[in-house]
Amino acid sequence: MSSYSVTEPSSRQKWIAGCLVIAYALITIMPLLWIISTGFKTQNDAIAYPPEVFFEPTLEGYVNLFTTRTRQTEEFLQANPPATWYDEIVHERGMAIVGPSRFGERFLNSVIIGFGSTFLAVVLGTLAAYAFSRYRIPLKDDLLFFILSTRMMPPIAVAIPIFLMFRSLGLSDTHAGMILLYTGVNLSLSVWLLKGFIDEIPREYEEAALIDGYTRFQAFYKVVLPQAATGIASTAIFCLIFAWNEYAFAVLLTSGNAQTAPPFIPTIIGVTGQDWPAVAAGATIFLVPVMVFTILLRKHLLSGITFGAVRK
Amino acid sequence: MVETTVSRAAKATSPRVAKRIRGLSDRAIAWIFVAPTIFLLLAINIFPLIWTIRLSFTNYRVNRPNKDVEFIGLRNYERILTDTDIWMTMQATAHFLFWTLFFQVLIGFTLAWLINQKFRGNDLWTTIIVLPMMLSPAVVGNFWTFLYQPQIGIFNYVVAFFTGADVTSFSMIGDINLAPWAIVIVDTWMWTPFVMLICLAGLRSIPDSIYEAAECDRASKWRQFWTITVPMALPFLMLAVLFRGIENFKMFDLVVQLTGGGPGNTTTLTSIDLKREAFERWRTGYASAYAVILFVTVFGLASIYVKALNKVKER
Repeated sequence: MSSYSVTEPSSRQKWIAGCLVIAYALITIMPLLWIISTGFKTQNDAIAYPPEVFFEPTLEGYVNLFTTRTRQTEEFLQANPPATWYDEIVHERGMAIVGPSRFGERFLNSVIIGFGSTFLAVVLGTLAAYAFSRYRIPLKDDLLFFILSTRMMPPIAVAIPIFLMFRSLGLSDTHAGMILLYTGVNLSLSVWLLKGFIDEIPREYEEAALIDGYTRFQAFYKVVLPQAATGIASTAIFCLIFAWNEYAFAVLLTSGNAQTAPPFIPTIIGVTGQDWPAVAAGATIFLVPVMVFTILLRKHLLSGITFGAVRK
Repeated sequence: MVETTVSRAAKATSPRVAKRIRGLSDRAIAWIFVAPTIFLLLAINIFPLIWTIRLSFTNYRVNRPNKDVEFIGLRNYERILTDTDIWMTMQATAHFLFWTLFFQVLIGFTLAWLINQKFRGNDLWTTIIVLPMMLSPAVVGNFWTFLYQPQIGIFNYVVAFFTGADVTSFSMIGDINLAPWAIVIVDTWMWTPFVMLICLAGLRSIPDSIYEAAECDRASKWRQFWTITVPMALPFLMLAVLFRGIENFKMFDLVVQLTGGGPGNTTTLTSIDLKREAFERWRTGYASAYAVILFVTVFGLASIYVKALNKVKER
């Protein structure tokens, strides 16, 4: 500090505040670390009492997550020696791998539906946000409020007619149906967020472009889009996280073909009750991408979670 | 719209020339850009809502498509509003709403205030604190059942370690008195960062000059906190409560995975109850009326609240 400021907290105050915040952060991160570590435990280590902090890590949970296995006789196992490292882990438990589990499929569904709906929501949202930001549209404020209010509906409340609608259109349990549905849900967020970002781009740029002979469309995609790139990217991540995490619609409207990972992970069952290391492994694989995105997004987090109502 | 160079130039040129220069008229572009969004929102949100309202006056059941659908007027509404079980779920929802908001505001505001003391490395710790809120609520609910296990769960172990109680003597999600608190704890763990982030934005929006002026007037730190910090951060805090209130009124995924509404009906929040009526008992008409009542409640409460929020902002 070069000059004394009355509003600057004293160093003792900072020190105490820092300790309290760090203490809270450590407590709050504990459950997450516990889940990640459980993914590397054996079934016995996972349910040991007292809970084990130090253990020998194994990939058994991950192998169990991705495979289905059957118990085999001693002779069978000796006749078929393990060919790979994951075969070996399974063999030690007296079992043999009979095929892949459905987790891979479910995860892939999450990726397809997540990216598909994000792409659509962002493309449509950018167009609408640009129009709302730059043009005089009759009943603009009412339309914007209407767009926001669609987010207030409990998902279960609209799930009944959507269920009926999808059934009659042949969209139930399809990727296309889920992509459309998540696009519809995400559009409100994407329009509101992107309007905020586009509002911040000075109109003078486009006007200069128009005077230089660009058409409106050209001005839009050669001038406005590059300027809004960061905003579009962070909006896309928010839409992706929503679609990635969504559970209510997924559990009600999908069963076999288009089911995403969130309804699937809780159903991973082992031989004796829930296979916690496998569940933890699934949760880890599923949650880590979101954690990475959160860290990348931290500057835009606030406007994202409040529909652009609060910005730093 | 502000009169711009371009619109002035546009007025000066004849319509035909203007059209050739700019391709499409502004109005046409605006509608082409907005139409797909409006269409999709109508199809995914408004059309289903109208359909729900229509179904709510019938005795339709999805699992009996051949049965004749009769319009039975307001009978569904009458039955819901006089049903004592539904008031139980309303009570469970109110308990959940009140205590989650209470703890999240209390802890969230405190944390924001502490982080705003600008100690070194506060950005890093803020990011760590924020992590839980971005995760999938259903997956979080599921793995908390593991943490809550009486014999093997880390939660019981930690509580027992600090209180000296027996680890197996209590089960957070198996006990009818503890289960309502189990869901409050997980929701608070997950969403306190949300309230914290918004409060932090509020605190950072207060200009230093106000504190400097207060310092000149020899106002104590305590007085500055209550007469400057709290009132100026209040609109932000209220906005956070609005968002959390709406979300928690709709709460489904986290709680359904954590307790499934049990034990008994102690954690059956309205959304969970609605899901059972609609997709387990298949009473479609009845469930639709239920959905309409919930929607009207959220909308009504939210609009009253927004009015109050605007009053606070104007002050």
